[in-house]
Amino acid sequence: MRLVEIAAFAVRGLTANKMRSGLTTLGILIGVASVILLIAVGNGASSAVQQSIAGLGTNILTISPQRAQQGSTVKPLTTADAAALVGPDSPDVKYASPVVSAQATAGYGGTSYAISQFIGTDPHYFETTNSGVAQGNLFSDNDIQQARKVVVIGATVATQLFPGVDPVGKSMLVNNIPFTVVGVLAAKGSSGLQDADDMAVAPLTTTQNALTGYGSLTQIVVQARSADALPNAQAQVTTILNGRHKVSQTADYRILSQDQLLTARTATTETFTVLLASVAAISLLVGGIGITNIMLVTVTERIREIGIRKAVGAPRSSILGQFLIEATLLSLFGGALGVAAGMLGTQFTIAGIKPVLVPSSVLLAFAVSALIGLFFGSYPASRAAKLRPIEALRHE
Amino acid sequence: MSPVIEVRNLRKTYGAGDTAVHALRGLDLTVEKGEYIAIMGASGSGKSTLLNILGCLDIPTSGTYLLDGIDTGDFDEEQLSLLRNRKIGFVFQSFNLVPRTTALANVELPLVYAGVRRAQRRERALAALDLVGLKERTHHRPNELSGGQQQRVAIARALVTSPAIVLADEPTGNLDTDSSREVMAILDRLHASGRTVVLITHEDEVAAHAMRTIRVVDGRVAGVLV
Ligand SMILES: Nc1ncnc2c1ncn2[C@@H]1O[C@H](COP(=O)(O)OP(=O)(O)O)[C@@H](O)[C@H]1O
Ligand SMILES: [Mg+2]
Repeated sequence: MRLVEIAAFAVRGLTANKMRSGLTTLGILIGVASVILLIAVGNGASSAVQQSIAGLGTNILTISPQRAQQGSTVKPLTTADAAALVGPDSPDVKYASPVVSAQATAGYGGTSYAISQFIGTDPHYFETTNSGVAQGNLFSDNDIQQARKVVVIGATVATQLFPGVDPVGKSMLVNNIPFTVVGVLAAKGSSGLQDADDMAVAPLTTTQNALTGYGSLTQIVVQARSADALPNAQAQVTTILNGRHKVSQTADYRILSQDQLLTARTATTETFTVLLASVAAISLLVGGIGITNIMLVTVTERIREIGIRKAVGAPRSSILGQFLIEATLLSLFGGALGVAAGMLGTQFTIAGIKPVLVPSSVLLAFAVSALIGLFFGSYPASRAAKLRPIEALRHE
Repeated sequence: MSPVIEVRNLRKTYGAGDTAVHALRGLDLTVEKGEYIAIMGASGSGKSTLLNILGCLDIPTSGTYLLDGIDTGDFDEEQLSLLRNRKIGFVFQSFNLVPRTTALANVELPLVYAGVRRAQRRERALAALDLVGLKERTHHRPNELSGGQQQRVAIARALVTSPAIVLADEPTGNLDTDSSREVMAILDRLHASGRTVVLITHEDEVAAHAMRTIRVVDGRVAGVLV
């Protein structure tokens, strides 16, 4: 008998019980789609974090105060420290911006909004952090000297507080103190776990006056003359700060280069990815068990049919062929739908994360599901095909 | 000319050791071409076991079974499936139609495995369904047919390949009187057209249709009534 006839039996077997075929397809679909989607979310999260860090530039050093160690005192980081970092002793340092930051509640008209980062600094900060202005202007050194209440806001703050209004020139209340919005920063996008646009930047002096007080700086952000000059700049900064803080053993401050930050963050997101991958593996396992189950039920239910076919003279090979083709069609169909569903799912933002498809995960999910479907669809059938017709017919 | 069925010292044992059941204990039987035979006997006497072996659905523990002069003991599984397909038509008490499949497709089934082309297959299946009086029901599925109609589909499936023997294990066992009568009329016609028919029954009226009745007791042939 010809292969076409066997294939026709397989197709008829599938269409004769649409419910069973549909459920099997659904099982494979869910297995495949969830694996693809979960891995894409993990990958999306990690690549977003990496991009946002890389977007800051590779020639930055961040200096922050270190928590007190036993037997040593901690000197605060001061504006004077920041000023001392730029000079003839540090030829590789381009700028050093003092930074204070705090949370703040902003209000405009009837609305109020909690800004997660309200930053006080100097104008170099914008260049150092690659922050461009989308509307209006940045503030100037003069604004700092005069402690003017001006502010540049991030894109998120602009959309939250000024929907449909041009914020530039408007007066906004920050912790009940009026600030004039002079500019809106270009959007940087979410870094997965944290929104880089949920911020506002004001002159250092004004911010210290209004919000943070005159304690230690939160950070000093140093820009080296180039990425290559970064190690030299780091050495110079260390020498100067050690001198000023009279450091003998352990430093009371911490220097982090963008590279180190990237490495640290990458490690975190890798953990995240591994976690998601294990979730994916479990979902693959669960999906696989589901597929296994329904395939076993399907075949067991049909051992009698196998007996009937054998009784009227079906050779073993044709029964094997029929069930192999049935299992293949179900696995391919369910797998293809699962890939489609998974890829469709990656188009949506999930929990603030834009999923990024990992091509190999598509292959992995598809292959694993298809193989499970194939194996459990045809292995029990091949065992049943080996039974004597009467044994298959009597099967309960 | 050799008999269609020649069985010598047939034994069949289920299980082993203390729990072994000796269903057939050295049974001999000869059926000539064109005969119409009824097998009777108490429940558990080994009738079904015998018929299953005659239909090549099962294999004896020992003894020889010559079908059309060929020793089936020499056959492997592949050759046995060919035998079942070409030489044997089997009718079960419980019909055993492929579920969710039309009467026509059920009757075509043996022809597909025989490699008969589509057009000819359809023609022969329709003729067989016509023969059992179900020309109007070709596209009904088993669950849309009465028991008697299902059994007639099963008989059409058994005779569509023009087999040397038609074996029927209590074909009327699950049917009411009218349906039984219809089924027996079809088997009678099959016999009249020259087919060899062997059937198992509990009912004397059914056995009365046969030329010869064989009584099986404890896995042996106890007596032949003509
Ligand atoms: N598959 C089997 N496994 C074990 N014992 C069986 C099996 N089939 C039949 N038997 C036993 O073999 C004996 C004969 O059975 P069977 O041929 O079905 O009898 P009958 O058809 O005459 O009622 C019975 O005792 C029955 O219990
Ligand atoms: Mg019986």
